[in-house]
Amino acid sequence: MSEGFWGSEWFRLILGLVIVLAFSQLNALFLVWLERKVSGHIQLRPGPMEVGPHGLLQTIADGVKLIGKELILPLQADKKLFFLAPVLVFTPVLVGFLVLPFGPGLVIHDMNVGVLLVFAFSTITVLAILTGGWASNNKYALLGAVRSVAQNVAYEIPLLLAVMSVVLMVHSLSFSQIVESQKTVWFIFIQPLAALIYLIAATAETNRAPFDIPEAESELVAGFHTEYSGMGFGLFFLAEYTNMFIVCAVATSLFLGGWNGLFGISLGIPGVCWFLLKTYFLIFVIMWVRWTFPRVRFDQLMNFSWKVMIPLSLANLVITAIVVKII
Amino acid sequence: MDELVKNEAGDRIYTLNLGPQHPSTHGVLRILLDLDGEYIVKADPVIGYGHRGHEKMGENRLYRQFFPNTSRIDYLAGLLYNHGFVLTVEKFAGIKVPERAKYIRVIASELNRISSHLLWFGTYLLDIGGITPFLYAFDDREQILDILDTITGSRLTYSYCRLGGVARDVDSKFIDMTRAFLKRMSSRWADYEALVSKNVIFIHRTRDVGVIDEELARQYGVTGPNLRACGVAFDVRRSEPYEVYDRFDFEIPTGSRGDALDRYDVRFREMQQSCRIIEQALDHLPEGEILTPKVPQKLPVPKGEVYFAFESPRGLTAYYMVGDGSQTPYRCHIRVPSFGNLNVLNEVLPGTLVADAIAILGSIDVVIPEIDR
Repeated sequence: MSEGFWGSEWFRLILGLVIVLAFSQLNALFLVWLERKVSGHIQLRPGPMEVGPHGLLQTIADGVKLIGKELILPLQADKKLFFLAPVLVFTPVLVGFLVLPFGPGLVIHDMNVGVLLVFAFSTITVLAILTGGWASNNKYALLGAVRSVAQNVAYEIPLLLAVMSVVLMVHSLSFSQIVESQKTVWFIFIQPLAALIYLIAATAETNRAPFDIPEAESELVAGFHTEYSGMGFGLFFLAEYTNMFIVCAVATSLFLGGWNGLFGISLGIPGVCWFLLKTYFLIFVIMWVRWTFPRVRFDQLMNFSWKVMIPLSLANLVITAIVVKII
Repeated sequence: MDELVKNEAGDRIYTLNLGPQHPSTHGVLRILLDLDGEYIVKADPVIGYGHRGHEKMGENRLYRQFFPNTSRIDYLAGLLYNHGFVLTVEKFAGIKVPERAKYIRVIASELNRISSHLLWFGTYLLDIGGITPFLYAFDDREQILDILDTITGSRLTYSYCRLGGVARDVDSKFIDMTRAFLKRMSSRWADYEALVSKNVIFIHRTRDVGVIDEELARQYGVTGPNLRACGVAFDVRRSEPYEVYDRFDFEIPTGSRGDALDRYDVRFREMQQSCRIIEQALDHLPEGEILTPKVPQKLPVPKGEVYFAFESPRGLTAYYMVGDGSQTPYRCHIRVPSFGNLNVLNEVLPGTLVADAIAILGSIDVVIPEIDR
């Protein structure tokens, strides 16, 4: 390399990782605050107001508290697995940031299998939840873990099938190319069903209400993380919000045109802003849903996936394939 | 793998100890659940964690000394228990009550009934996983607590009734506040109906869940909204009218299937009927005394026994007292509705899922300290 280390791919990756770590943490802190504000305003109350302007620093105070707490290991718990689970749940989430295109050319490592990579790594989250629930030596935690595995297996299929219809249209697994091909028309207008299925499945995939049955607090106390205290719980918490961002960012790239403006009109707003605007809007929608609906029951959730979502997404995929072939 | 899920006896069944510390057991209830996967094989409610000995206290105190205890038996319907107790003793000792006091008692009792149902409404949705309705219901309930605060001076344990009347007269401020509350609620019902009663997920979670049929209800002594949800229009306010309930025009809402949704529906409509009663009582509120003068400090209670039943938000509640001629009752028994309502779980829970167990437990609306007394 003529430019040496500073211009190399390695430098790009390391710099990217540092930025990703910083961004994901700050983003998770912000999202926790946002969730509390959104829920507060939906529920006729102001939400956090004391720490910082409009409670902006509340999550930082909570984070400091969580770090200061003792990590309690339950009696007869599997120590190695118990402490491995929170790390395992948080690490794969970060990988998603590597391939997400925040703006034109603004991607840490543009891979030709980016879409595959994101979903492959997000699946590891399930393993972490199962590990944590199993190692806790607690029946509530185990029930939560078992539910989580069943739910994630059931919802990964429609999720991937919905994504596949988009991939078939673009003939590429690279996020940049998918976004590039939405310059004039967003895919949500061509594939509304796939977009809807993706959003529902993604909500279930991230264990968000109304599909939050692995941690259903009124049934299983706290589900798989019942026994986690301090930063062990904190990491599960941060992972949930980071995961939510990834899922929404992927949805933005796949269906809402990524950094592109509506129908090619950018209004002079930079691509990054478009991207973040859409992503945070989707996150807001997911929060809105959480504070509006009651929780579904486990068997209803499974039935909905196997009997409605999977057939629909399969049909959608087949139709897409035929139409793409004809055109 | 099979060896992992089998217990010592070789069954695939394991025991889950739900409670006494659990977010959805409404106090200190403990249910021993035998589970096969997530399906309940056997359910055994364990009570007694909130025992405070109210009945025994009643036997060691003067009637008027025991009176404040009554609002603490069921802390969500304190005023109704006050009301029932003074009616029991008045029946026993033959004390006359002025008309105005009777109307005030009814208004306050019905307000308390609505506040109890509103709290149930909020916490039930919380059990099912909807967190927001809880805060809306509490916002409404707060209005009732403020209204009752103006005449009773407290928000939960009222001790408002007196032998022969009530403690304090209502003023125009109370009447204005109550009318404003009724007006507020009349627009609120439609909101609740649109956002909760018609919600698809909510209906799926409650329809045909936890069915109690009429026969089962009779066997276990289930009363109140839980019985009315099976289609039996039994309400003490109608079947054995006490106070001035026979003068008001109100309906007894009933269901047909006896499932959780019917129980929800019955309670929901009961709140509206209570509003109707309050409205009529306010319209016909007579002028005059609120307390019979010269009720003796030490009651000349005759020998014998008295039984008096009234309708609390949870069902038929009754005081049974045996007097032996002394100043304290020889036996003071309180019939609480939650006891029968809870024990029917033995029959209803098996075969359902853990998530259903929470939905059913919430739908029967038990107050645990009331059971333990």
